[in-house]
Amino acid sequence: MSTTEIVTLSAAEMAAKVKAKEVSSRELVEAHLEVIEAAEPSVKAFLKVSGDQALEQADAFDAKSDEEKAQLPELAGVPIAIKDMIVTKGIETTAASKILEGWVPPYDATVIKKLKAAGMPLLGKTNLDEFAQGSSTEHSAYQTTHNPWDTERVPGGSGGGSAAAVAAFEAPLALGTDTGGSIRQPGSLTGTVGVKPTYGGVSRFGAIAMASSLDQIGPCSRTVLDAALLQEVIGGHDKRDSTSIPEGPRPMVAAAREGMKRDLKGLKVGLIKELGGEGFQPGVMARFEEGVKKLEEMGAEVTEVSLPHLPYSLGAYYIIMPSEVSSNLARYDGMRYGLRVMPPADVPQTAANMMAYTREAGFGDEVKRRIILGTYALSAGYYDAWYGSAQKVRTLIIDDFKKAFEKVDVLVGPTSPVTAFKFGEKTEDPMAMYAIDITTIPANLAGVPAMSIPAGLSDDGLPVGFQFLAPQQRDEAMYKPAAALEAALEEDWNGPIWQSLKTPWLDGLGK
Amino acid sequence: MPTFTKEEIVHLGDLARIALTDEEITRLQGDLNVIAESINKVQEIATDDVPPTANPIPLEAYLRPDVPETPLTQEEAIAGAPVSEAGMFVAPRILGEE
Amino acid sequence: MAEKLMKYADAVKKFDPVIGLETHVELSTTTKLFCPAEVSFGGEPNSQLTPVSLGLPGSLPVLNKTAVDYAIKLGLALHCEIAEWSQFSRKNYFYPDMPRDYQISQYDKPTNGNGYLDVELEDGTVFRVPIERAHIEDDAGKNTHVGGADGRIEGADHSLVDYNRAGVPLIEIVTKPIEGAGERAPEIAGAYVRAIRDIVRALNISHARMEQGNMRADVNVSLRNSPSDPFGTRSETKNVNSFRGIEKTVQYEIRRQAQILSEGGEILQETRHWDEASQTTAGGRVKSDADDYRYFPDPDLVMLHITKEHIEEMRAQMPEMPRERRNRLKGEWGFNDLEMRDVLNADALDLLEETVKAGATAAGAKKWWLGELSREANAKGASLEELPITPSDVAEVEKLIADGKLNDKLAKQTVVGVLAGEGTPAEVVKKHGFQVVSDDGALEKAVDEALAANPDIVEKLKSGNMKPMGAIIGAVMRATRGQADAKAVTKIVMGKIK
Repeated sequence: MSTTEIVTLSAAEMAAKVKAKEVSSRELVEAHLEVIEAAEPSVKAFLKVSGDQALEQADAFDAKSDEEKAQLPELAGVPIAIKDMIVTKGIETTAASKILEGWVPPYDATVIKKLKAAGMPLLGKTNLDEFAQGSSTEHSAYQTTHNPWDTERVPGGSGGGSAAAVAAFEAPLALGTDTGGSIRQPGSLTGTVGVKPTYGGVSRFGAIAMASSLDQIGPCSRTVLDAALLQEVIGGHDKRDSTSIPEGPRPMVAAAREGMKRDLKGLKVGLIKELGGEGFQPGVMARFEEGVKKLEEMGAEVTEVSLPHLPYSLGAYYIIMPSEVSSNLARYDGMRYGLRVMPPADVPQTAANMMAYTREAGFGDEVKRRIILGTYALSAGYYDAWYGSAQKVRTLIIDDFKKAFEKVDVLVGPTSPVTAFKFGEKTEDPMAMYAIDITTIPANLAGVPAMSIPAGLSDDGLPVGFQFLAPQQRDEAMYKPAAALEAALEEDWNGPIWQSLKTPWLDGLGK
Repeated sequence: MPTFTKEEIVHLGDLARIALTDEEITRLQGDLNVIAESINKVQEIATDDVPPTANPIPLEAYLRPDVPETPLTQEEAIAGAPVSEAGMFVAPRILGEE
Repeated sequence: MAEKLMKYADAVKKFDPVIGLETHVELSTTTKLFCPAEVSFGGEPNSQLTPVSLGLPGSLPVLNKTAVDYAIKLGLALHCEIAEWSQFSRKNYFYPDMPRDYQISQYDKPTNGNGYLDVELEDGTVFRVPIERAHIEDDAGKNTHVGGADGRIEGADHSLVDYNRAGVPLIEIVTKPIEGAGERAPEIAGAYVRAIRDIVRALNISHARMEQGNMRADVNVSLRNSPSDPFGTRSETKNVNSFRGIEKTVQYEIRRQAQILSEGGEILQETRHWDEASQTTAGGRVKSDADDYRYFPDPDLVMLHITKEHIEEMRAQMPEMPRERRNRLKGEWGFNDLEMRDVLNADALDLLEETVKAGATAAGAKKWWLGELSREANAKGASLEELPITPSDVAEVEKLIADGKLNDKLAKQTVVGVLAGEGTPAEVVKKHGFQVVSDDGALEKAVDEALAANPDIVEKLKSGNMKPMGAIIGAVMRATRGQADAKAVTKIVMGKIK
C-alpha cells in the first residue's frame, strides 16, 4: 500500500489491516511520520514529533504474539497524536506556553497509560492555544497552526493542532481537551469529528488543568466510529481522579455501528431554539438544516426545544472558567519546573518578585487576561456577585438540559456559528472570539456529552460542523444518530468530506 | 456593574503575582470592562432560591485507602527545577510576609 | 527594645480578655492527605513526593480515607456536629513552600462544627471551651533559609525548599471566642491545648509532639472594657509551639494590649510571633488586602459524604477519653489530687500506667518516674519517654526491691546502668554483681568491726538513743560496698547491744 492509501484509511480500517497482518504498526507509524514531515511546513500541527518513541512502541506491539494482541482493544497498533495539554512521561509537555518550555514530565496521564497499554504508538504532541485558552490556536507561544482546508485560516482552537493533524492525515486519531469547545469547534472548522465526553467519563489525571470543572479529554478523528473506538479505550473510572465517574465506558462502538444502519425510527431529536440567528453564517445554518432533514428522513422525530437559560451560559462560563484558571495556573511560579525570570536589577531580588516577573514573562496576553479576570471574580466582596452567581446559572442550565432530555433523546445545533476565519481576524476583540463559543459552552457547563461531525461545506468551501448533545453518562445516545448522519451525508457526497480537501503534501509520497 | 480602575488592575496583578507592564494594565482595563459588561447579566437570574453547582456530575468523594505507593525519586522530583541545590529547590530571598 | 507592659494583675482588673485558639494537629496517617506518598520525616529531601504533592501539572488530589476517619474521631471527642456533606476549598496565595500555590482546606463546609471541650484546670475547676470547627487541610513544605544569621528568614540570601511535608494531613481546631476566662486566660489556653494533645494521643491520630511540630497553635487575644462590650481588635500570634509559650503569649498580649489601650492607643489587627528567647511577641504583618485568599470550592474534589454508618463505625472504635481515664486511674492508684497533678505535669501518666501494668505498685512507679528519672530527663533536656529506659525496666527494678534482692541504693545504681545502656536491670545487676548482703557472716563481721570502732556510739545505743544507728549502718555499707541491707544491719546491731 502507498503512504497515501494507508493514511487515508480510517483508524478502524487501519486496525483491521493490522489484525489481518496486511500492515504492521511500524508501517502505520512510518507512513504517518512521512506525512508529518511533508505536511508540517504548511500545517504546523505538531509542537513535538516523538518518532523514535512511536517506532519503539510500534515494534513492541508488532512483536507481540497473536494471543497477546487478541487481548488488546480494537485500535491496537494504530498511532495517535496527543494535544500538548496532556502529560507524557519523557516527552516534553508545554501546554504551548513559554512558562513550561523544556518541561519533561516524570509521569504519564491516565489516558496515555491506557493508550500505551492498548499498543497505540504516540506520534507526538500537537499545538494549541496556550493552556488551551483560545478558539483559534493563534495564542500558542510557539507557532500558528494552519487549517488544512485553507492555510490562510485558523484551524479553530484551542485544539487546532490535533484537529489539523487528523484533517491533514498526519494522524488517524488524536486526543484533545475540551473546556468550552476546544475539541468540537476545531473539529467543525477542519471537517473532522470531535467529541467531548460526559464530564467525568474520561480521567483528567495528567490533563493539565485549565478549568477543572469544565475540562474533559476526548477523541479527534475522521469518522464517528473511530471516535467511539477511541473513547472506549480512554474512558472509564480512574481512582486518581476524584471527579471520575465510577463506571466503565458506555457502549459507544455498538451504538455507532448501529447508527451506520441509518435507521433512526423512534429517535426524538430536539433543535435548540436558542442556537441560531444573529451571528450564525447563512452557509452554516443551511448545512445544519440539511443535516436535520437527513435525520428526519431516517425516521427521527424532530422538535424544537427551548433551553431558556442558554443565553446566560457565555457569561457564566466567562466567570467560572477564568476563576478556575487563575487558581490552576498559580503553580507556574518559577520554583519547581519551567521558566524562572529574575526581576530587573532595580527591583528587590525576592521570591515574590521572581514569581511576578516569571509569570509576566512566561504567560501570553490571553492567559494573563483570564488570570486577572478570574482573580477578580474570586476576590472577597465580589465572590457572591460573580462566582456565586455563575454557579447558580450553572444549576439553571443543568436543569434546562434535564428538562429538555425528558422530551428528546438528543439535542442538535451547529457546532460553530462560523467557518474557519482568517488569522488575526478576531484576536483584537476578545469578546468576538469568546462569542463564537456560545454553541459549545453549554455542554461543558452542564457536563453533558457532545460531539461535532462534518455537515458539509459552506458557500466559502469551508467545513461546517453539526453538533449532537446527549444526557449525562449517555454518550452512546449521540453516537448512533451521529454515525447515521455521517453515513447518509457521505452517500450524498459519494465519499467522505475530505475528498474535497486539497492535499498537496500527500503528492509524491512513498509507495 | 463593576468597572475596573487602573488601581484595581494593579492590585489584581499583585494578587495574581504578575508584574504587569503599564501598557498591559491599560489594555486589560479596557478589555475587562467590556468583558465585565457582558458577563454581568448572570446576576439577573442568580436568585437566592437557586443552589450553586460546583461540579456538573453529582458524585461523592471516593476515599482512597491509606496505602503508600512508590514516590518519585529525588532526581525525578527536582529534574525540572530552574535552580536546585543539595536535592532541594532554591527560592530567592523570601520576605517574612507570612 | 522592650515594650511597655501593664502589670498583669492590673491588666486583668481593668480589661476583660477574650482569647481564641487555632490548633493545628498533624495526623499520623501512613500517606498524605491527597496522594499515596508516604508521610515520613528525616528522609532525603524531596524524596516523598508524587506528582500530586509536588504540584506537577495535570496531577489531581484524591482524599485519604484514614484522614477522614481521624477527623470523625476527633469530631466525636470534641462533641462536634459532623457534617453529612463537607467540602474542600482552595485557599489561594503564593508562597515558595506551597507546591500548587494554593492550600486545600475546608472553608464554609467543614467536617466538624460546633462542639466543645471541658478542660480541667490546676485546681480541679472545669472550664468549657466552645469549639467552632475542626477542619481538614494539607500542610506545606519546609524552607531552610541560607546565608542569614542562625537560619532565620531575616537577612537570608536564599532558601532551600523541601516539599516532603507538603500534603501531610492536618486538622485545624478552631475555638469560638473564649469568654469569661478572666485572669485565668493564660492557664485556660495552656490547659486547653494540653487537653487537645491528650485527646489526639488517646485517639492515636497524631504523634502530637509539640516540640517536633506535630502540633502548633495560633493564639488570638483581644481585650474589652467589660464582658458586655463587643469584642476588641485582636492580635493573632502564629505558630506557638510549646504549652508554656501559649500561656506566656496570652499573658504577654494581655499586658501589651492593656498598656496600649490604657494610653488611648489602638490595637492593630496583625499577626505576631512568639519569641522564646526574649519571652515576648513581636509584631508581624498587619492584615490587609493581601489576605484575600479567594476561597472557592476545589473543583478537583467532590463533596465528602459522611454517612451515619461511617460515624457509628468510628464511634465504636473510640477509646476512653483522657479526662475519664485520669479520673479512673487516680482512683485505681489511690492518688490524691496533688499526686495526680504531679504525674500529669510530669507528662508521666502513660508511663506510670504501663509501669503498673508491668507489675509495679503505683507508688513505686511514681517514685521512679517523678524522682530519679525526671531529674535525669531534666538534666538531659529530654522528655521522660525519650529516656532509654522502659516502663517494664522500671517494674523489674521495683520487683527486685520487693524481693529483697536490691536495696534503694543498688536499685538506683541499677537504673543508672540501664540509662547508660548497659542492658536490662537483670543484666546490669549481673554485670556489677549487685547483691544485697543480708544474712551471712560477712555482714555480722562488718557490724562487729563497726561497733568495735565506735565504742561511744555503742554506749548511746545501749542507753536507748537510736539516733547514731545511721552512722553504724553507714560504716557497714562502706565496708560492704553498699550491698548491705539496712534493715538486716539494724537487726544485727539490735541483737548485739541487748
